[in-house]
Amino acid sequence: MLDISEIRTVEHDVLVVGAGGAGLSAAIEASSHGLSTGIVMKSLLGKAHTVMAEGGMAAALANVDSRDHWKIHFRDTMRGGKFLNVWRMAELHSKLAPERVRLLEEWGAVFDRTKKGLINQRNFGGHRYPRLAHVGDRTGLEMIRTLQDHGIHQGIETYMECTALDLVKNEKGEVCGIVCMWRESGSFIIFKAKSIIFATGGGGKGWEVTSNSWEYTGDGYALAYEAGAELMDLEFNQFHPTGMIWPLSVKGILVTESVRGEGGILLNSEGTRFMFNYVPERFKDETADTEEEAARWLAGDPNARRPPELLTRDVVARAINEEVKAGRGSKHGGAYLNIATQRSAEDIKKKLPSMYHQFKVLAELDITKEPMEVGPTCHYFMGGIKVDANTTMSSVPGLFACGECAAGMHGANRLGGNSLSDLLVFGYLSGKNAAEYAAKKGSHDSLDEDQVRKIIRNATDILNRESGANPYLLHETLETNMQEHVGIIRSKENLEKGIDALEKMKADYQTVKAKGASQFNPGWHEALAMRNLLITAEAVARAALQREESRGAHTRSDFPGEQDEWLNYNIVSKKGADGNMSLSKTERLKPDPEMERIAKSTIEDLEKEIAQEQGKVGAE
Amino acid sequence: MAKRNFQIYRGTKESGELAYYETDVSEGMVVLDVIHKIQAEQANDLALRWNCKAGKCGSCSVEINGKPKLSCMTRMNEYADDETITVTPMKTFPLIRDLVTDVSWNYEQNKKIKPVKLAKESKTAKGYVMYQKDVDRVQEFRKCIECYLCQNVCHVLRDHGQEENFVGPRFMIRVASLEMHPLDVEDRLPELKNEFGSGMCNITRCCTDVCPEHINITDNGIIPMKERVVDRFYDPVTIIGRKIFGPKKKKLPPIDLD
Repeated sequence: MLDISEIRTVEHDVLVVGAGGAGLSAAIEASSHGLSTGIVMKSLLGKAHTVMAEGGMAAALANVDSRDHWKIHFRDTMRGGKFLNVWRMAELHSKLAPERVRLLEEWGAVFDRTKKGLINQRNFGGHRYPRLAHVGDRTGLEMIRTLQDHGIHQGIETYMECTALDLVKNEKGEVCGIVCMWRESGSFIIFKAKSIIFATGGGGKGWEVTSNSWEYTGDGYALAYEAGAELMDLEFNQFHPTGMIWPLSVKGILVTESVRGEGGILLNSEGTRFMFNYVPERFKDETADTEEEAARWLAGDPNARRPPELLTRDVVARAINEEVKAGRGSKHGGAYLNIATQRSAEDIKKKLPSMYHQFKVLAELDITKEPMEVGPTCHYFMGGIKVDANTTMSSVPGLFACGECAAGMHGANRLGGNSLSDLLVFGYLSGKNAAEYAAKKGSHDSLDEDQVRKIIRNATDILNRESGANPYLLHETLETNMQEHVGIIRSKENLEKGIDALEKMKADYQTVKAKGASQFNPGWHEALAMRNLLITAEAVARAALQREESRGAHTRSDFPGEQDEWLNYNIVSKKGADGNMSLSKTERLKPDPEMERIAKSTIEDLEKEIAQEQGKVGAE
Repeated sequence: MAKRNFQIYRGTKESGELAYYETDVSEGMVVLDVIHKIQAEQANDLALRWNCKAGKCGSCSVEINGKPKLSCMTRMNEYADDETITVTPMKTFPLIRDLVTDVSWNYEQNKKIKPVKLAKESKTAKGYVMYQKDVDRVQEFRKCIECYLCQNVCHVLRDHGQEENFVGPRFMIRVASLEMHPLDVEDRLPELKNEFGSGMCNITRCCTDVCPEHINITDNGIIPMKERVVDRFYDPVTIIGRKIFGPKKKKLPPIDLD
């Protein structure tokens, strides 16, 4: 029998899993409470998915347009999320984002500046005012580097290239440890912790066309699920409207929404600016209806309404999809995104340097001269681990979650720019609450050896089998299945096909086999990640089948349009007593009446109210 | 689809060799795509690092036909159709396996650098005040994606093994990004001279040549830092000046928010 005492065991008060913007924010905060804090990551420090975020972080700093206010940010977020957001999370986010962004500056972030020398802010889809603090189009890099360079001086222990396998619980059902594997050596390491924070990101790697990197395999969802936690809103996964589509080898790589924020327009093969034909009723009053008005907006006219290219991501992605289906797609089956006709070459290179570089190298195309070809790409999970809005604790005591792996903040559709600020705000709240929880908890529990042994055996079985399914091929099958059956437009028939296929893959997974030894073995890593991807994919497909309406990022061709009745429910999935996934339609918490009033106010009333509060009446 | 020949280093630092692979390559592929294809079809346990596949994370640094490059940003059509492409790990860092090296030394260097410390006088209720023209240069350095290609190619580290005495180009510009921050009031020049080894660089500009972010590492970062060290510790005029007038104070950007 495996001797556990030979495996290195490390103790931390708080252990964070994942070192992107959320994980680093959480670790920094937890450590500031004077607690021993560790952070485990699959990649090297500073390489997490956050570096790929381009556009910016949304916060109502009101540096560019003084009319901005947390109430308007909150209203935009709720409307963008089709009112399915957890009200309290959207409230906390819009209230706390400005101070977290300013703190990032204190820690060394160097944002682009306004003429007055303050943090500059840019326009983005669904945000009424220029709201995204940014650094060109490499804001995520700035965030992660700042948190990294600040974090290394806070006494946080880092564990790089270390994969979390499964959680360990005590007899009371509280999380007390986690077993991980060093990717380099293939050896195991056990962590004892009084609280554990998941900041593990999403699971886009289940789809064929995705902007996500190899790390996005739904680890947090699956580990939490296996430990008995509830997952929520998994049917809402965002297809970013603009991913690269050509050449094939780069299909899915993100083209930042800032291209549209800086004035870029979408055209079909007939040269029509088609977004004018797709403005939803809810946004008609606040969207330009002529190209002339859109041009005035870009030139800075405060009375002009926003161009339709800046509608929310769900709307734009569906519109591109429709145009392609109607035979008006671009040469390689997408839409044309043109910034060359809207801004000078110099502006483009200054504001969108990494897009310029990306297209120049990967597609041999000069975006200052030619239009880009773009199409939808699986980008972000609104759903995830169900958490308490105030504490960010999951339904398993001691397990916290923040960032993309947590559910609720973004509802049925996330606004661009709300992700980076989410990482800062909820990373901080997770760190704070997990630290307080750990401080109350006294000593470490001793870990149940049977649980630990089982986790290790599950992992090593993959190597020790004589023969079995190839993990790479299994992954390919999964990607094709999800793309085809659980894509942007869904139907009962397709989802059922997708679920049947998943059942078969789950059976194949039981015999998955990785060749080679345990040291830095990507085949083995792939096989371990496949378990997590399969759980994630199943949760998405089953939730999508259950929600019989179209809302935000979830579109059912057999149930078009939002159904008011469905606004009262979330779909919650959990591992059932029989080991199968069980889903339930769970009633949502009622909103605070004041928050409901703010979100449902007309923009004119809300702006008047804010101006009165700030004593600005008659000033303009 | 065209057949292409690859040789990739397989093995550990104790033993290893170039392994030959033949595979189909389609239009638009970059070297990383081909390595992935070989990994999936012929060599499941081939070890390599990568993340974003878009030149933003700096994980997939390798040497391609002897040149240090990001494999995700190196297109196959940069090479002749009949050219065999050789991919080897970065030479300067200890090899772990195949294309993966131990870059932990770099993280230790970063820890030695004192963190940013902003002038309190520049803080307002709306945040710190500094202007775009003040931050342009710093932002150039902050584009660094920590691919460590510059560290890999630096003679001082690669050929002379001076990792005990020189932090390397990456951390020279990290220091520069702090020292040139318009609001930073920390002093890092003593350790720059003594511990970080600013004098070791002999300005061959190899680091600048390989930088995938096109940061002008040598001219905009290292040389100005060397000059500041010389001014502080070797120039008799400025030394006497400081004795008489005291240390030079940083001139902070003006605040005018109304």
